Amino acid sequence: MIRVQIEYFAILREHVGKNVEEIQTEAITAAGLFDELAERYDFPRMSHMKVAINDEFDDWDSALAEGDSIAFIPPVAGG
Amino acid sequence: MKRFAFSHEAVSGEAVRRLVADDASGAYVAFEGWVRNHNEGQRVLRLEYEAFESLGAKEGERIIREAEERFGIGTVYCVHRLGQLEIGDIAVIVGVSTPHRGEAFEACRYIIDEVKHRVPIWKKEYYENGDSGWVNCERCSAAAHDHD
Repeated sequence: MIRVQIEYFAILREHVGKNVEEIQTEAITAAGLFDELAERYDFPRMSHMKVAINDEFDDWDSALAEGDSIAFIPPVAGG
Repeated sequence: MKRFAFSHEAVSGEAVRRLVADDASGAYVAFEGWVRNHNEGQRVLRLEYEAFESLGAKEGERIIREAEERFGIGTVYCVHRLGQLEIGDIAVIVGVSTPHRGEAFEACRYIIDEVKHRVPIWKKEYYENGDSGWVNCERCSAAAHDHD
């Protein structure tokens, strides 16, 4: 088990009802963590999600480490 | 100087113009994005922008560096609004000054296009019929996320 911090934005922030939380997880990768949380919170279905680890875009199959900060990035709409 | 910024308060085209003024520049091109009163057939009353500010600022700077590499030297500033916006408010400004006009047009177009696609900013629209929605999110395909 590792302890990680999750940041939520926009539709996910509203859906989960918080900006940030710390959790213990057995997930190995960012994708595994997303699936675990998607099941726990029944995330809305979205395509083209991205993930950031420690304030940088990263790959879904990147391994997670103790203390990482992970943000799931719903489809963006700036401009 | 930071060249990409988020602002929680109103932004001014004149302020951006002053920031990129440069004695070596003979051309200035600016893009302003405005809040319009309709989207996809619905009347929009107002909207709200939210960003992942730390990552967004880094990605914005990366986009500006890419524009410099592609189009050459110049002075660039881009600011994107966050928070509550009303119809007619300025949502984003890109200002580019360069020695000649060609690269200013090209760099400005490149920066706004990339900002829209890459910077983690989200827009929530509030509609006349009382609904609201996160643009590009609520009407996403029913398929599961595709880990791209």
